[in-house]
Amino acid sequence: MELYLYIALFAPLVSSMFSALFTNTPKKQFVGIVASLLIFTAFGSSTILLSHILGGGDIVHVEMMTWMATGNLYIPFGFVVDQVSVTMMMVVTLVSTIVHIYSIGYMDHDKGFNRFFAWLSAFVFSMMILVMSDNFAGLFIGWEGVGLCSWGLIGFWFHKEVATWAANEAFIMNRIADLAMLIGIFLVYWNTGSLQYDIAFPAMATLDPSTLTWMGIFLFIGAMGKSAQFPLHTWLADAMEGPTPVSALIHAATMVTAGVYLVIRSNELYDLIPNVGLFIASLGAFVALFAASMALVNRDMKRIIAYSTLSQLGYMFVAAGLGAYWVALFHLMAHAFFKALLFLGAGNVMHAMHDELDPFKMGGLYKKMKWTAIMMTIASIALAGIFPLAGFFSKDAILEAAFVEHHFIIYSVILFTAGLTAFYSFRLVAMIFHGEERYKLFGIDPHEAYKFMLVGMSPLLILAIIAGALKGTYFEMITGLLPNTEYHLHSELTYWIMTIGTQVFVALAIMYAYKKYAFSPVSVPDGTSKMENSFMYKLLLNQYYIPYAYEEYIVKPYNELSAALWKVDQNVVDASVDGIANIFYKTGENTRHMQSGNLSTMLKWMVAGTVALLSLAVVFGLAARYSGEIRTILSGLGV
Amino acid sequence: MEIGLNHYLVLSTILFAIGLVGIMRRKNLLLLFFATEILLNAVNIAFAAISHYYGDLTGQMFAFFVIAIAASELAVGLGLLIVWYKRHGNIDLDTMTSMRG
Repeated sequence: MELYLYIALFAPLVSSMFSALFTNTPKKQFVGIVASLLIFTAFGSSTILLSHILGGGDIVHVEMMTWMATGNLYIPFGFVVDQVSVTMMMVVTLVSTIVHIYSIGYMDHDKGFNRFFAWLSAFVFSMMILVMSDNFAGLFIGWEGVGLCSWGLIGFWFHKEVATWAANEAFIMNRIADLAMLIGIFLVYWNTGSLQYDIAFPAMATLDPSTLTWMGIFLFIGAMGKSAQFPLHTWLADAMEGPTPVSALIHAATMVTAGVYLVIRSNELYDLIPNVGLFIASLGAFVALFAASMALVNRDMKRIIAYSTLSQLGYMFVAAGLGAYWVALFHLMAHAFFKALLFLGAGNVMHAMHDELDPFKMGGLYKKMKWTAIMMTIASIALAGIFPLAGFFSKDAILEAAFVEHHFIIYSVILFTAGLTAFYSFRLVAMIFHGEERYKLFGIDPHEAYKFMLVGMSPLLILAIIAGALKGTYFEMITGLLPNTEYHLHSELTYWIMTIGTQVFVALAIMYAYKKYAFSPVSVPDGTSKMENSFMYKLLLNQYYIPYAYEEYIVKPYNELSAALWKVDQNVVDASVDGIANIFYKTGENTRHMQSGNLSTMLKWMVAGTVALLSLAVVFGLAARYSGEIRTILSGLGV
Repeated sequence: MEIGLNHYLVLSTILFAIGLVGIMRRKNLLLLFFATEILLNAVNIAFAAISHYYGDLTGQMFAFFVIAIAASELAVGLGLLIVWYKRHGNIDLDTMTSMRG
């Protein structure tokens, strides 16, 4: 089994290295194919590992080599394949295989075709390290690695100013969170003496609760950055500047879920500090609602899906915060499937519409892009949580968990959000695929994507439909590692009322979206309608003015501070360094004429030098002889 | 008044100072050689006096070496001086700057 572990881990690295060889050469089709095959190999190995774990096999734990060993500090490059990491590995390798295949078609006309695959595979490798590491240090390497690859891929089209800006924003915001995470990791090491999960977590049981609370908070701030939770959420929507396959893989299915993974991995820690858990759940519920509300009015297809991702991450944190770790992981998995599908579908639409992102300018695309329409509709149904698709089982489990734990406020917030989710998802679907063919006004001739892209997407489609059926198997497997809290309502009746009630509520939201955007005329907003001038609409469209506030109250003052400090740098630091250089320069300049070549002058200087040295020798000789007396005099002066 | 070590040393110092002033002030190369001789002999006096004072012959031996080397150095120096004089017709130090130090 160790062999498969290594294959799963290193096949993406090989793929990345291979593609990187061709970064400066023109597009080569085989680069994409080889990269996809290698990632598929990793997927195959992960599947074998999954069947091994499912079959009740032992956890695969290897120590590849020692990384750091100094004094009491011992950190190996160790990898573990247990129930949690194998789930993540499956999600990561499956989605990335599909995204790689899809990208062969999507990046077809791009100059950076080869470079794209190098970055994308490097991302998969980092993500595999992140989920497979058996210690916090390895996790942190993967964590930074995915951050770097995310930066490279958001700014993939670096000739666009806005893309580089978004890439830097994502990178910097993640660094802020990573600092907190690093502090959390230091705290873990400080207090438990180890970074290995299987040593550190058992040792935490005996620690002081306040120490544990700080640990939990700092680690969670790290998770907040990666998973784009409020107030570090602005980068995710801006990250949509990257190519769409990147959005599907990194900013929907895998990297952003790393924060959730961290909380799930640290479940033994968060079980000890339920207050922090409650905070996580409350923040998750808030973000779920907050992000969903922004998605309601947005006019950018990819941003709508990005907000939806944010909102679903909120759901995952609700589950993880309430201690329902397996539910969180299940939603993570299901979400990865249907959200990646949704994004890839959006990519097809973008291609068809020549990079037009405003759904108001589309409409009626169903006729032109039947398969994309079907896939996106099914993905949206799954996202909305309609029985019997994947989203129903995972989201319902979160709702139940909140209800059973008697957190009724959280419950009602996420229930309401479920309605919003259904509305904005189908607002998008209705505007893109149904209604009038508004794109004709803009003279665009849409066409369906390549067939192999659609075939490549089909595994996601199947999983988005049937993932719910896997819940039982998954539960049996995962509870080998995570706490097996089952959430059952006391009365059967309440359960049915809740489930059916939720379904009806969601279905009504979908119907309303269709009524408003598919069966009644939609015009391209031009800033004149009453709704567009309402306060709420403006508030939501401007993302609660948070990016504006960041710009105004953080970025600008920081810029001014930097400008002021730059002056200090120039006038103090630079000036002193230059000053020292100038002293030598001037001394040389002024003493140059000594070297006149006149023997007489030189002899004079020689005599002067001899006299100076002799007098120094006399002074030091005297000082050495009378050191006792000198010391007495100095101490008398109070020195 | 008996003449002791200090007298010799004072004489040596005075001669050395005269020599120093000589090498600083003189512009004539020949006089510069004289001044150098004075310097060396000032030191020789000190060597001989101290050697006698301690009853150790090392210092006097050193003085002999200095005399011998000074003589040979002067021979070379005078040879160069004559060549210079033949070429330029003077032995003024201020004109000897062709090597720029």
